[in-house]
Amino acid sequence: MLSRTADNLFWLARYVERAENLARIIDVASRLATLPSAFAGTSNEWEGAIATASCEENFYAKYDKATRENVIEFLVAGETNPNSIRNCLEIARTNARAVRTALTTELWEIINDAWLKIQNVSLRDIRDNDLGRFLGFIKDMSLQFDGAAYRTMLRTDHYYFERLGMLIERADNTARLLDVKYHVLLPDAEPVGGGLDYFQWTSLLRSVSGLTSFHWVYRETVKPWLVADFLILRPEQPRSLVSVYSSINQFLNMLAENYGRQGPSQRIARATFAKLGNTKIDGLFQSGLHEFLEEFLSENNRLGDALAEQYLQ
Amino acid sequence: MATIFDEMRGTEGSIRPVYQKLARWFEQTPPEVLANRFAEAEAFFRRIGITFAVYGDAQGTERLIPFDIVPRTIANGEWLRLTKGLEQRVRALNRFIGDIYGNREIIRAGIIPEDLVFQNPAFRPEMMQFRPAGDIYVHIAGIDIVRVDADTFYVLEDNARTPSGVSYMLENREAMLRLFPELFAQHRIRPVEDYPDKLLACMRSVAPKTATKEPNVVLLTPGQYNSAYYEHSFLADKMGIELVEGRDLYVRNNCVYMRTTEGPMRVDVIYRRLDDEYLDPLTFRPDSTLGVPGLMSAYKSGNVTLANAVGTGISDDKAIYTYMPDIIRFYFGEEPLLNNVPTWRCREPDALKYVLDHLNELVVKEVNGSGGYGMLVGPHAAQAELESFRAKLKAHPEGFIAQPTLALSTVPCFVNSGLAPRHVDLRPFVLSGADRIEIVPGGLTRVAMKEGSLVVNSSQGGGTKDTWVAE
Repeated sequence: MLSRTADNLFWLARYVERAENLARIIDVASRLATLPSAFAGTSNEWEGAIATASCEENFYAKYDKATRENVIEFLVAGETNPNSIRNCLEIARTNARAVRTALTTELWEIINDAWLKIQNVSLRDIRDNDLGRFLGFIKDMSLQFDGAAYRTMLRTDHYYFERLGMLIERADNTARLLDVKYHVLLPDAEPVGGGLDYFQWTSLLRSVSGLTSFHWVYRETVKPWLVADFLILRPEQPRSLVSVYSSINQFLNMLAENYGRQGPSQRIARATFAKLGNTKIDGLFQSGLHEFLEEFLSENNRLGDALAEQYLQ
Repeated sequence: MATIFDEMRGTEGSIRPVYQKLARWFEQTPPEVLANRFAEAEAFFRRIGITFAVYGDAQGTERLIPFDIVPRTIANGEWLRLTKGLEQRVRALNRFIGDIYGNREIIRAGIIPEDLVFQNPAFRPEMMQFRPAGDIYVHIAGIDIVRVDADTFYVLEDNARTPSGVSYMLENREAMLRLFPELFAQHRIRPVEDYPDKLLACMRSVAPKTATKEPNVVLLTPGQYNSAYYEHSFLADKMGIELVEGRDLYVRNNCVYMRTTEGPMRVDVIYRRLDDEYLDPLTFRPDSTLGVPGLMSAYKSGNVTLANAVGTGISDDKAIYTYMPDIIRFYFGEEPLLNNVPTWRCREPDALKYVLDHLNELVVKEVNGSGGYGMLVGPHAAQAELESFRAKLKAHPEGFIAQPTLALSTVPCFVNSGLAPRHVDLRPFVLSGADRIEIVPGGLTRVAMKEGSLVVNSSQGGGTKDTWVAE
């Protein structure tokens, strides 16, 4: 297939996934913000949201303070935010439109419908009345897209590149979410297991639709190291780093098999996956969760670059 | 102005045979049902994203082309007559272009004035003494036809560069099949769905000798901001070929390759929807980022076929158009089966005088214009517009032709008040391969949606409808 087509499919899936993650970030922040300040302490959830979306620089260039209004405006449709939900959809559609011929009708219609719809929603309405419905619409769009890709795309390299885009974005998001929460939001003075922790970590689980499944896996109350274990090392959790990398490996292997040759991206992905497999959560906390996540994020980026160089250019 | 011929009611008012079932059906179907189907049609087109861009329109970057639900119907006999004329005309176009870039017999015979060719902006000296595969230049032609009475069809213009609109022909049929299956059950309509297969076969038939048995055909698009991008992606999809942009291709050792995830892959035939001047920055516009550096040299080495060939725009020229009947006689010794609209060449002093004296009755067109831009419709023009055209004509008479304001035929259209006649034209698509000419029955019918209007261009509010050739 054309390198450009692979590139468009890859980024189409990445931006759909990114839009969903942004919706989840806003969802978590607004949930935490409803807590009595006794629980939320001095932390500002909306600052956390900006940090998780990693757009501090752009955000504070425009606003002094991370208030609910500012953050929602910025993350949903901020004009100076290249990664706003609206812009993610715009970019996703641009990529989709460039590869209409490589998409199934279902995939195209989901993206095109969502794009048409978002043209007509008013920011004020979202902020004041309809935030929940809007976030639901974005999550539904992403679920539909994912499902349609799974159900309608031929299992050829088209599909592999689409999946790889979604997975690399997802790994990035999970790691970032953990990193920001761990780093910024756990106050030193708060005793572990206290009220604040509990809400912070359960919200984190909610943000990946993992609260219920956490209990299925662990059968005990939510504890920070178990949350980290769940989102990093548990193969059952589809958003965990290990599970995402297992899939990444699988699709990269299929590509290598199809094309009859391996390259740097296969090697990088294998190394990262092996490293995750050799990690225990206790060791991880000792050596520093933050350092681990930072390194993971940079390896994940390196994989994206290698993939681009090997296939997409 | 002559009486207007309505394709359903003729000039007498009684329903012509080919429309009888259709008229009855529309009469018997309650208006709410029609209105519903009409709304469904609109939703269908928006959903599949069939849009076009209008240049010079800031907000409406993507617009739907209005679609009318009443099919335009042509009787099979009429159609067969038309196709004979179209074939003759397109064969003549290919001969003419080959001659112009070859031995120039038609110029030496004094049929066509030299300056019309050599000073034409669409003339490409790079093509001289080069013969494309199969001697075919115009692989895809869109010949615009208008009808003025029961027996007379005229050619309004020849589009031999990169004619567009065929996707509307196909999608219009698709929409009609979905919305009005019962109508198709009552009629025997010749199918148009195999156009993409025929196009692909045509492209393969002109592959260079260096190509393998399965030539690699690609469609080259300027990209998704082009007004016809939808059509490009649609056709590539239906043909099962890659839709490429200039940056996907490169030339090495005079061969064209495309960049794929598995490395370079050789390209044999390029169905290009990119104008000549953007094709190759080394030969034409150096600032073009849409083209492929070195493409012309690969082309002239015979390692790749471009469809349509470079330099075919010469025959789109409206001054050359006026010579088409002579061109047909010159090469084939036959009388043209399809006539031109009577046309005044403003470059000729007598004609110019007539045109200036009758400006408010005539349609004046720029010889190099297209898409209805830069055109004067005399009877509908304000005084100021007439005067400005008068000045232009006097300054550059050679830049214009003039035609009588034709009584274009009308067909019934679905409007708020029910069915009402609107003016139409027809663009059939003619495919010329190495061994045969193919014309899919029908073509694209464009409608002037405004009552009384004669301008059918989509860029100026025209719409489209399905075109039936009924057996």
